[in-house]
Amino acid sequence: MNAICPECEATLTLNDVLRGEIITCPECGAELEVISIDPIQLELAPMEQEDWGE
Amino acid sequence: MSDPLRIGIIASRIRVEEKLLVAAFEARGIAPSLIDDDQLILSLSSQSAPLPYDLIVERSVSTSRGLYALRLLEVLGNRVINRWQTANTCADKLLTSAALHAAGVPQPELAVAFTPEAALEAIERMGYPVVLKPVIGSWGRLLARVNDRAAAEALLEHKAVLGGYQHSIFYIQPLVNKPQRDIRAFVVGDQCICAIYRYSEHWITNTARGGKAENCPVTPELGALAVRAAEAVGGGVLAVDILEDPERGFLVNEINHTMEFRNSIAPTGVDIPAHIVEYALRCASEVRA
Repeated sequence: MNAICPECEATLTLNDVLRGEIITCPECGAELEVISIDPIQLELAPMEQEDWGE
Repeated sequence: MSDPLRIGIIASRIRVEEKLLVAAFEARGIAPSLIDDDQLILSLSSQSAPLPYDLIVERSVSTSRGLYALRLLEVLGNRVINRWQTANTCADKLLTSAALHAAGVPQPELAVAFTPEAALEAIERMGYPVVLKPVIGSWGRLLARVNDRAAAEALLEHKAVLGGYQHSIFYIQPLVNKPQRDIRAFVVGDQCICAIYRYSEHWITNTARGGKAENCPVTPELGALAVRAAEAVGGGVLAVDILEDPERGFLVNEINHTMEFRNSIAPTGVDIPAHIVEYALRCASEVRA
C-alpha cells in the first residue's frame, strides 16, 4: 500500500501498519502518524507533550 | 472456558510495544481491541456500565490520560492493568519515594521543599552534587545535576519563574556515584522476569536518551528487591529502575507503570510481551471466575 509523506511528498510503501502507528519517512526523516488505513492517510505526528512517558 | 476472553488495550500511538503486545495476545488466540485514547469517552451516570472487556491494559503515552482513564474504568467496574493506585503512585516520584520508604525499600536519600529558599537550604545541607527532578516526568526530561551553589541558585530561580506549579515542588536527591550504568528490572506479577544494564557516558542512562542496553543477570538479591519495590507500589506490570551505590548497594530510583521494553527483549532473550500477556490473561480469568 502506498502513501504520500505530508512533509516531503515522497511515496512510501507501507505494509502491515495499524491505525495510530508512528512511522518515520525514509526520505526526510519526519515522524508520521497513520491516521487511517482505508484510505491510507498520514499526518505529521504530534510533538512530545510534557506528561508523555512510560 | 466458553467464550474467549475480551481484552482491550488503551493506547495513544501504536508503538513497537503495543504491536508486540497485540501479537502476543494473538499468539494465545485472542484478538485484543485497540482503544484510541484520542476518541475515548468515559461517562459517569446512573446508567454507567463497565466497558465490555474482561480486562483493559492501559498503554497511553500520556500519563494524565492514562491515570484518569484507569480511575474511571475502575469505578465503572473494569479490571485494569495497572491498577490506578499503582499507576498513580508510580507516575509521581514523590509518592513513589513515600511508598518505598513506608515499605523499607532502600532508595537514594531525598529532600523535598516547596520554595526556592527552602530548596537551597536543603541542597546545602545535603551537599553537592545533587540532582533535581520534576516529580512528574519521564524519559529523563528536565533532570538537573547541580554541582555548586551558583548553579543551584540559577536553577531554582529558573524553575520558579519559568516552570509550572509542579516545578515548584522541589525533589532533591544526592547524585549517586553509580558505575556509568543503572539497572532496569522487569517485574510481572510476583516475578522479576529479567533485567538490563543501561550504559551511558552521560549521567542520565535512559535508553530513551540513547543509553545502551545489555543483559543483567537477575541474582536472588536483585530479583527479590525488584519484587519488593513493585509490591510497595501495589504490584502489576512494572519496570523498576535501580542504581548501584558503591557504599549502600542497590537503591531503587523509580518505578515505571507503562514501561517500554522493545530494547530489552534481544539482550535478555526473555519474551517480555508474552509474560505480560500471560499475567493479563490470568487476571482476566479471575474476573470471569
